[in-house]
Amino acid sequence: MSIRLRLDKPWRPLSAAEAARLPGQLGVYQVADATGAIVYIGQAGGRSPFGLRSELQREFKERGPGHQFRVEVNMQYRTRWFELLMVHQADHGSLPSDNAKNPPPSLGRLSPA
Amino acid sequence: MDFEPDSEQQMLIDQVRRYVREEIIPLEAKLDPDASELDPADHARLVEKTKAMGLFGIDIPKEFGGPDIDIVTRVLLAIEMAQHRAGLYVPCYGTFGGAGLAQIFEANEDQKQRYLYPTLRGEKKPFFGLTEPSGGSDPARAIQTRAERKDNGWVLNGAKIFISGADRAQYGIVFARTDASKGRGGITCFLIDAETPGFHVRRVVHTLRSSSYATELEFKDCWVSDHQVLGEVNKGFAVANDRLTRQRIPYAAGCIGVAIAAHEMAIEWAKMRSTFGEKLANRQAVQWMLVDNEIDIRSARHFTLEAAEKARRGLPFRTEAAIAKLIASEGGGRVVDRSMQIHGGMGMTKDLPLERWYREMRIRRVGEGPSEVQRMVIAREILGSNLR
Repeated sequence: MSIRLRLDKPWRPLSAAEAARLPGQLGVYQVADATGAIVYIGQAGGRSPFGLRSELQREFKERGPGHQFRVEVNMQYRTRWFELLMVHQADHGSLPSDNAKNPPPSLGRLSPA
Repeated sequence: MDFEPDSEQQMLIDQVRRYVREEIIPLEAKLDPDASELDPADHARLVEKTKAMGLFGIDIPKEFGGPDIDIVTRVLLAIEMAQHRAGLYVPCYGTFGGAGLAQIFEANEDQKQRYLYPTLRGEKKPFFGLTEPSGGSDPARAIQTRAERKDNGWVLNGAKIFISGADRAQYGIVFARTDASKGRGGITCFLIDAETPGFHVRRVVHTLRSSSYATELEFKDCWVSDHQVLGEVNKGFAVANDRLTRQRIPYAAGCIGVAIAAHEMAIEWAKMRSTFGEKLANRQAVQWMLVDNEIDIRSARHFTLEAAEKARRGLPFRTEAAIAKLIASEGGGRVVDRSMQIHGGMGMTKDLPLERWYREMRIRRVGEGPSEVQRMVIAREILGSNLR
């Protein structure tokens, strides 16, 4: 059984059209800048009106062009979100810049193999 | 036995019920439906409130600064504390505090200074590391994590799984095999600091549960000194077993709390909702579901309080705790399931807490010893432990 800790789907340009094509399901996502550096890890939770689609539409509205994103549909969006944050912290020594501005209250630590 | 609360217990129940309804549920309404933590400022404010109520850390023994509340009353309060969306696994979002792990009360004075007192002051959080990939129901045989003597200490190698809170803890109580030739007589309990070289939290284990996710641990040449042995070498199984037995009573109480909340929602909905020109409450099919809910809840409450009463009196309560855990987890699951059925489509949505309770309640039939193990414990009592 292989367990994927890190998101490895291809990046897509963050645009209104790409966001509109996303499913309305719950899940997690990453936003990267033009250089490919992950700047934010987000979740589409139970209060997102159209799940991943609404969240990425909001991201595009706030950030504008020049970013890329990837998503993972996941009903366990909450624990997956914590996991992605901890894995990023373990890989890079810090949270993505936009998560670091408002970190979750009690983030744990992982040392993934 | 009469399990009706006395006036003092009723006063405490009312106080906690008000707290859940007036403080917790309104805050929860603004959180993600799968959230398991409050905003830190809200948490701190509510902790001050529970301290003012005299109910902070109710499972802490009086000699260590806890309020002097007996286990029967604690069960009655635990039933109340669970009656909100996150209540099964994070009752009141931890604002009532608690010791975390009862075993560290048995630690020696040096260990108490390093672990117990900081835990009681809220400076350290522990985890409980028992279950392994090889199994959790039969720890005496399933524990394969080894601890071998080296340099006035022990070297641990192995893995643990389904360990809650290890990624956020400062230390853990970890069970390892110190004598491979003995079953339950070859297990030792260790206190492991999270910073110890060779200790790794490898990943989050995603389950049906939204709160307090589990983790997988690895011990790779993890050396600890003799000072980290909790209790005696090769006597760790008793520590684990005692914890498992004690934990079954509050575990059952949480199931009852959620079942009551789901049942109350179903009653309210049945009185309000009409189909084909008739209130649901007037339909026999729905009435019978509500009756079955009531019977499941009353049975679970009776047997859980019976176990607590035996524990309070200092009598053996292993069988009673197993019965309570079995009836409350299985009955609670049925109650939530029926309540969802009564709610129809709305019951499946994240708009209501039922879907979270349904997922999380399913785990209760496995966590802290599955139903089959509880039945084995009860069978040993009625048939004799030498029968297989």
